[in-house]
Amino acid sequence: MRAGAVSKRQLSQRTAFSLLIVATIIVVLPVLAIVIQIIVSGADAISWEFLTQAPSQAGKAGGILPAIVGTFYLMLGTIIVALPLGVMAGIYLTEYARDNWFTRAINLAIVNLAGVPSIVYGLFGLGVFVLMFHFGMSLLSASLTLACQALAMTVTTSREAILAVPREYREGSLAVGATRWQTIRHLVLPQALPGIITGAVFAMSRAAGETAPILVVGAAFLLPGLPQSPFDQFMALPYHLYTVAAHVPGMPKSTMWGVVLVLLVVVLSFNVLATIIRLRARQRRLNA
Amino acid sequence: MKINSVLSNGKMVSQSKTKLKTEAVNLYYGSFQALRSISLEIPERAITAIIGPSGCGKSSFLRLFNHMNDLITGARVEGRVELDDINIYDKSIDVVELRKRVGMVFQKPNPFPMSVFENVAFGPKRHGISNRAELEEIVERSLRQAVLWDEVKDKLEQSGLALSGGQQQRLCISRVLAVEPEVILMDEPCSALDPVATLKIEDLMRSLAENYTIVIVTHNMQQAARVSDMAAFLMMEEDRAGVLVEYGPTSELFTNPKDKRTEDYITGRFG
Repeated sequence: MRAGAVSKRQLSQRTAFSLLIVATIIVVLPVLAIVIQIIVSGADAISWEFLTQAPSQAGKAGGILPAIVGTFYLMLGTIIVALPLGVMAGIYLTEYARDNWFTRAINLAIVNLAGVPSIVYGLFGLGVFVLMFHFGMSLLSASLTLACQALAMTVTTSREAILAVPREYREGSLAVGATRWQTIRHLVLPQALPGIITGAVFAMSRAAGETAPILVVGAAFLLPGLPQSPFDQFMALPYHLYTVAAHVPGMPKSTMWGVVLVLLVVVLSFNVLATIIRLRARQRRLNA
Repeated sequence: MKINSVLSNGKMVSQSKTKLKTEAVNLYYGSFQALRSISLEIPERAITAIIGPSGCGKSSFLRLFNHMNDLITGARVEGRVELDDINIYDKSIDVVELRKRVGMVFQKPNPFPMSVFENVAFGPKRHGISNRAELEEIVERSLRQAVLWDEVKDKLEQSGLALSGGQQQRLCISRVLAVEPEVILMDEPCSALDPVATLKIEDLMRSLAENYTIVIVTHNMQQAARVSDMAAFLMMEEDRAGVLVEYGPTSELFTNPKDKRTEDYITGRFG
């Protein structure tokens, strides 16, 4: 064994590790910078009044409660529609559909759904939900529109989570005379659930952040109160931010940052919630 | 194929009832033929071993008896496969009901990611038993039959995945026993286990053979010689389709093989 050869190998190993660390830092730094910037600039605007009151003076004063509540309703409406549909389609595509040109075409279409610009979904929602189904400019129309967009994600993540369940489990279940549905219901789905939930929460986070699609199907600039029914118009955080930033002259900077901070907290808290659910599910699986 | 010898259960093979039977069975995966014209009769309450080199279609053959090949796209069966004289490839056959009668143990122990209790109770629950006391009784009985009860009776609520490899395989056997099958198919059940665990499974198989018809695929010739009553030797031909070379009582097949290829294989000249 030659000492020179070893140190050369170690040198190249160290170089590689250093490069990887630098790359990781480059990736993480902008994210950190953005978060810190938002917290520092937005913290001043946050007050009890800001979180619990309706806006006044075109958003320059008062709070953003209708926008917070509207965003929550949107996330909820989106997931109520997109999760069951996505999971059911995911089950069908992985467990029942035959592998033929039709199934492949469906899979391709679903993957491509994710690449459709969000404003296209907005116009689709305007045409179908607002005008054709007469749901009007409303929370319902917006939720359905965002759900269409979220479907690409919920179907894809459900499929992947279901496919990741080992074949040995399915065979073991079928081999004791369980039906395919029982196998899915009692073995595959419980295993796939954490993955499905992760996908669902990402879809919700994205719905919370969308601006363009809801612009044309029911988001309002200013509303004095909260929506009372799914057919009411609503405010939402990203759209509120867009209007106060672009269309309200003399808008206090800190108020804008405050809206951004609230939006960030809403999205992050949902991600944390999903992580907890996932960890719990994994723990249960290991212990049970 | 003429068979005439004493099974370990004391009966003459010729007197023993035929449990499973194949008649000129061909199995295809798409255009590839995996098995060609296999005909044999498997006696009831005995252990029949399927031996042969890798890739000769042993597992595919075993999976005929519980329709497990159906899971593979493009799989197609010709000929007859009978269970108690009924063709199980008839359109009217309920595959789910068939699999309840013909259980299967796999190569790699595959306990479900749930408790020991739930693993064993999985089958009975799916067949509609929900009474806790009844389930407890089934679980205990099945674990005792698989000689696992004493080792796990204090950890029924622990994960089945936490058991050792040999215990996991016996858990999988319990899971199959819990639905009270008539036939147990075993696909190289010991290939992932150490020698001690292997011997335990073999002892278990011998005791189960008193009540069940067992068909085992094995790579291990010593194992086939140790545990089986009947042995079938499969080999692949030039086009890689598996054919039955020889079938008969294990003692004869191993001591006095009629086919040169069988002799070459069991004496270790290839495979």
